[in-house]
Amino acid sequence: MSLHPVPATGPETPAIPAELERPQLLEMYRYLRLTRTLEERLVALYRQSKVIGGLYRSLGQEGESVASAYALERGRHRDILSPLIRNLGSMLVMGAKPVEILRQYMAKAAGPTRGREMNVHFNDLELGFLGQISHLGDMVPVMAGITLTFKLRGGARVGLVYVGDGATSTGAFHEGLNFAAVQRCPLVLIGEYNHWAYSTPPQKQFAVHDLADKAKGYGIPAVTVDGNDVLAVYAATKHAVARARRGKGVHFIEVKTYRRKGHAEHDDQHYQPPEELERWARENDPVDRYVKQLVENDWAEEAELAEIDRSVRDEVDHATDACVNDALPPGDSALPGVFANPPAAEPLWFRGL
Amino acid sequence: MPEVTFLEALRQGLWEEMERDERVFMLGEDIGAYGGAFKVTEGFQKRFGEARVIDTPISEAAIVGAAAGAAHMGMRPVAEMQFIDFISCAYDMLTNYVATARYRAGLATPIVVRGPCGGYVRGGPFHSQNPEAAFLHTPGLKIVYPATARDAKGLIKASIRDDDPVIYLEHKWLYRRIKEALPEGEEVLTPIGQARVAREGKDLSIITYGATVWKALEAAEQLTNNGGVSVEVLDLRTLLPLDDAAIVATVKKTNKVLIVHEDTRTGGLAGEITARINEQAFEWLDGPIVRVTAHDVPLPYAPTLEDFVLPQTDDIVKAATWLAKY
Repeated sequence: MSLHPVPATGPETPAIPAELERPQLLEMYRYLRLTRTLEERLVALYRQSKVIGGLYRSLGQEGESVASAYALERGRHRDILSPLIRNLGSMLVMGAKPVEILRQYMAKAAGPTRGREMNVHFNDLELGFLGQISHLGDMVPVMAGITLTFKLRGGARVGLVYVGDGATSTGAFHEGLNFAAVQRCPLVLIGEYNHWAYSTPPQKQFAVHDLADKAKGYGIPAVTVDGNDVLAVYAATKHAVARARRGKGVHFIEVKTYRRKGHAEHDDQHYQPPEELERWARENDPVDRYVKQLVENDWAEEAELAEIDRSVRDEVDHATDACVNDALPPGDSALPGVFANPPAAEPLWFRGL
Repeated sequence: MPEVTFLEALRQGLWEEMERDERVFMLGEDIGAYGGAFKVTEGFQKRFGEARVIDTPISEAAIVGAAAGAAHMGMRPVAEMQFIDFISCAYDMLTNYVATARYRAGLATPIVVRGPCGGYVRGGPFHSQNPEAAFLHTPGLKIVYPATARDAKGLIKASIRDDDPVIYLEHKWLYRRIKEALPEGEEVLTPIGQARVAREGKDLSIITYGATVWKALEAAEQLTNNGGVSVEVLDLRTLLPLDDAAIVATVKKTNKVLIVHEDTRTGGLAGEITARINEQAFEWLDGPIVRVTAHDVPLPYAPTLEDFVLPQTDDIVKAATWLAKY
């Protein structure tokens, strides 16, 4: 998979865990870098007022997003995941294109939802991602239904759905998880303990210590993982996915991580202690940690990582150039597509005056 | 042709679609081993198996959400609300997720959400509701509400075959009260979006749906026999999308309109129908459009209270007599 020749692993090099190989390590690195670079580009476009709505950053959560998605079987009609606004990395892993993300944020006519939906709210069920709606927890029942279908059809496909710590307070989360557990759907939940639900901290959200504690109430196994340790998240997800694929039902993985930006770009984060933010940035950045791990274990050379960085910048530049001056959709393109039949709503009479 | 009840006609429709198309499956509370609170699905699990007739937890949001997910994958789920009153627990899932899916994301969500609705049965505030107005305001949903055994069958089959989400309302007062001979060996399908003239008349039109179709027909008979007023009754059958052409046609024919619904008054369907007549047939009216509806209170339990709150045949007779003289 790697674009670059890599030296054979020497006898003194520590073994790569979780049956991963060097090209896969580099590919995951590429997705991490692509996520961060693409979001940085979106910040620039946001400041130029080219992003129409809000901008939601995944800074600090790229590791768990990329690693969990990477543990799925990818390709057409394989596994399906349902990402949240902070899982851009997961979508890129599944095959979403940077130009699609840019068009979507800029509400372009040529975007995946033709200007109808915002940010990463879009989907490609063939490639295996089903965009969320804003109502948190709702994707859990929907993914229960998708994986119920996998089960009914007797295939070996698996679903994965992300829920934030705040979303575990919703009724839809509870109902969907319980339903999936009872039906033994092949579904993996990633509970993202990122410490902030907009401005609300965990102690005002739930009375358990860990999100994994909640799983006991559904009779499913759960594990808590360091969400900023890419390989740990990968290994935990790989295990849960394999288990689901064997027909063993739902598995809950809690990833402990930290949301380093505000809820959205407009949010000044005044409620987040500055020293806490600095500590997570300095000591626990998932990309920095991963790079350190790759280099110190001789799994990658700094030069090849720098080369990946450069190619990612080029890719994001090209994607931006390809769409930044695209047109917005014409107003009357809002009318078709509410139903299959009738195909379009009629313009109202006063528009004809 | 043997006579079947409304409930049996509905069962036939569901059964035939399950036999015809293996993508069709059912999920709901107590629908499998028990056969459903009203026995609509009795015998289904035995015939079609537990994988296609799924007993679920008490989780309306999960039932509708899971139906949506399965529909995205090409299935044709029929979700039962044990009583339609509980559909409000899935309101978010229906209005935010299901109804918008095609428009925002190009996702087909061909689900049917069906369940027993309606009063006149001493069911109290939570087993008597008519929820249509709560969903009428949501682009992306269709709502059907059969009044006859034939349409109970024809509309459930059409709803299952429709490529978009359909809320199918079945009035429990009609379940075993009405009987009708249905053709054998012939497909019974009622097109979604088409009203039906239940009785021809020339002096005045009653536009209605559901159980009150029968009360309107009873009133029409009395008006003709006692007062010489010829009443047309239009059974809407589909509430979303409304059959504007049929509504306008009956207005142009009789020039007077009484709208009857069992649902409460404020924000009810009658207001929307009135506005459409105002926009499309104002010049054809020879009197005000009037409404006979439930009173704006939760539906109480005691027979004396329920009878007072809900529209009765006698109310329709009085209102129609007043309008005929206008």
